[in-house]
Amino acid sequence: MTATAEQLALPGFDEQLADWRLAYKSQIGEDRQVRNRSGLDVKPLYTPADWTGDRYLDDLGFPGTAPYTRGIYPTMHRGRTWSQRQLIGLGTPTDYNARVRDMIDAGTSAISLIPCNSVFRGNDCDEVPAALLGTCGTVVNTLDHMDSALDGVSLADISTAMNDPSPFTLLAFVLGLARRRGVSWDKITGTSNQSDYISHFVANHMFYRLSLPGSRRVLTDHIAFCREHVPNWNPLSVVGQHMQQAGATPAETMGLTLSSAVQYAEDCIAAGMDPDTVLPRFTFFFDVSISFFEEVAKFRAGRRIWARLTKDRLGARDPRSWRFKFHGQTSGADLTAQQPMNNIARVTAQAMAGIFGGLQSLHTDAYDEAISTPTKEAAVIAVATQNMLREEAHLCDVIDPLGGSYYVEALTDQMEAEIEAIIDRIEQAGGMYKAVESGQVQTMVGRSALTFQQRVDRGEEKIVGVNCYTGDNDLVEPPPPYRPNAESMEAHVAAFADYKAERSQATVEAALGNLARAANDATDNVFGRVVEAAEAGVTHGEIVACLRQELGMGEPLIVA
Amino acid sequence: MDDVLSTPGRVLVTKIGLDGHDRGSRIVAAFLRDAGMEVIYTPPWQSIDAVVALARQEDVDVIGLSTLATDHLIIPDLMDALQEAGLEDVKVVVGGIVPNPEHDMLHDAGVAAIFGPGAAREAIVDSVGQLAATAREAKFESLGG
Repeated sequence: MTATAEQLALPGFDEQLADWRLAYKSQIGEDRQVRNRSGLDVKPLYTPADWTGDRYLDDLGFPGTAPYTRGIYPTMHRGRTWSQRQLIGLGTPTDYNARVRDMIDAGTSAISLIPCNSVFRGNDCDEVPAALLGTCGTVVNTLDHMDSALDGVSLADISTAMNDPSPFTLLAFVLGLARRRGVSWDKITGTSNQSDYISHFVANHMFYRLSLPGSRRVLTDHIAFCREHVPNWNPLSVVGQHMQQAGATPAETMGLTLSSAVQYAEDCIAAGMDPDTVLPRFTFFFDVSISFFEEVAKFRAGRRIWARLTKDRLGARDPRSWRFKFHGQTSGADLTAQQPMNNIARVTAQAMAGIFGGLQSLHTDAYDEAISTPTKEAAVIAVATQNMLREEAHLCDVIDPLGGSYYVEALTDQMEAEIEAIIDRIEQAGGMYKAVESGQVQTMVGRSALTFQQRVDRGEEKIVGVNCYTGDNDLVEPPPPYRPNAESMEAHVAAFADYKAERSQATVEAALGNLARAANDATDNVFGRVVEAAEAGVTHGEIVACLRQELGMGEPLIVA
Repeated sequence: MDDVLSTPGRVLVTKIGLDGHDRGSRIVAAFLRDAGMEVIYTPPWQSIDAVVALARQEDVDVIGLSTLATDHLIIPDLMDALQEAGLEDVKVVVGGIVPNPEHDMLHDAGVAAIFGPGAAREAIVDSVGQLAATAREAKFESLGG
């Protein structure tokens, strides 16, 4: 949309713009085409002709009011800075506990728990090769393990994000632990970070455990259970990060993620829940890539669209349902194993894009994350990066500081149109669940991954140390990778065997029986039975195995 | 004999262990196929036994393993299993994240090549092509050719 000088009330604007165009052309000669990662053309200059501001009240408004383009709260980071929520997961529960306490000392204000890949796969520590235990996350299989992991951490005061896919055994352990410590469940705050099963089937990450329909059932039950019993817990985080890490462009990522959120909301509504009782607890989790302005525009546009979708399509009336709350993680896909210290600079730029995009919590990657689970030194630098951006660069002082930039506003509008086109495509395919079942989404994401790689191969996307400026690649030897202590892991596995032998088998059998029955009884709540099982001493792997038996195993949906 | 040796390589692209991130393996599978090779692609999370069985059934020349999240730590077990199955002529290449201090462990176990982040597509195609030819020749000879 371009405006005329008359509309802009800027006499002489057209002539001066024409003069600049002429001067630009004569100096630059053949101009190059610039496209962002979402495939949108980027012009060399933006002016009031690209964004007039005449729709300010409709399109932007003020922070804390719909459509929330400028932020979901009236005070944003000036009132309350973003939460520093670093992903943490390594070794045994005791190793995890030591790292969490270090991170709290370093200034992190909310914690997360990343379980070991064996846990993600639905297994206990005695079911997988020992060499793989604890290398990429913490080996948590029981309520007792959770107790050790969160030793000295006050459940009523610290918000915990659990990277906990369906059937949410980690939250079940936390709830069991809360009861053990006498903390009432309404004091428990945090997020089920991997509850978005659709993204797992798209991105083929390690997270899925149950079949697509089984995952759907358990998630709806999980949301219903938390709504009733753990009211300050966010049972759903819709994970755009998986889409983007798997190769979706920023616009595709936002379109697919919002489509998933609509699917989940509609599933809750179909199960009889009032949208205003669940939507205020919906959260989002996004990648923040280094494509700086594009990311800022992605988040601003996403907020605007979500406000519209919740109101117009899902029928929400409570403004808390319209707010697009999101956690940002600086994109690991942009980090390089070459010249690893360069990642500190990349993470800084990515974090700034997320902050200007108006995020509610932030994980900054450690510079060695392209190589292994972060070493302690690298993890502390990542937290310090956030502290510097807040304290030294003063990024919290002004709300939505890029708002009103001709470029950022024009790009926000363009991204919005692109995102809406994707939402429409998914709608035509019958909604997100069907579009994933048929493989259409996986094809879209796979193509974008290939296109991006081709652009890197051709040098159209430049990556320092990868396809340009490679001269110093041998200058810095990467740090040695994090590996858990083999002896303490061995002891952990041995103690687990003792635990299984010593507990009451009758109690375990009874809890598993109830769980299996609940899975086949639509009137029962599966997650409620998962919590009972966790408290009865049933292990993570046993709970997952039982539900796999009853609801089907999650299998990759591979599309050529 | 010329026919046997001049066919494009047969490559199994797969992942063993616990991680499912398959963006890299899918891209590498696509460009090996573009280079004319026959690619057998599997979903992630294959067991070592499944990879050995597939390598035999499909008579592959090269196994390409993608590893990003420490699954390379069990590649020596796969090498042993291939040996035991009499598939020692099949070449194994690894792509992804293998920290420098752990390269020797894989080479000692018999891994033919390791491609880290930023490895050029041509380098991967050339290397896999040559390894496939070597594997074919060795297999042909062991058949008494």
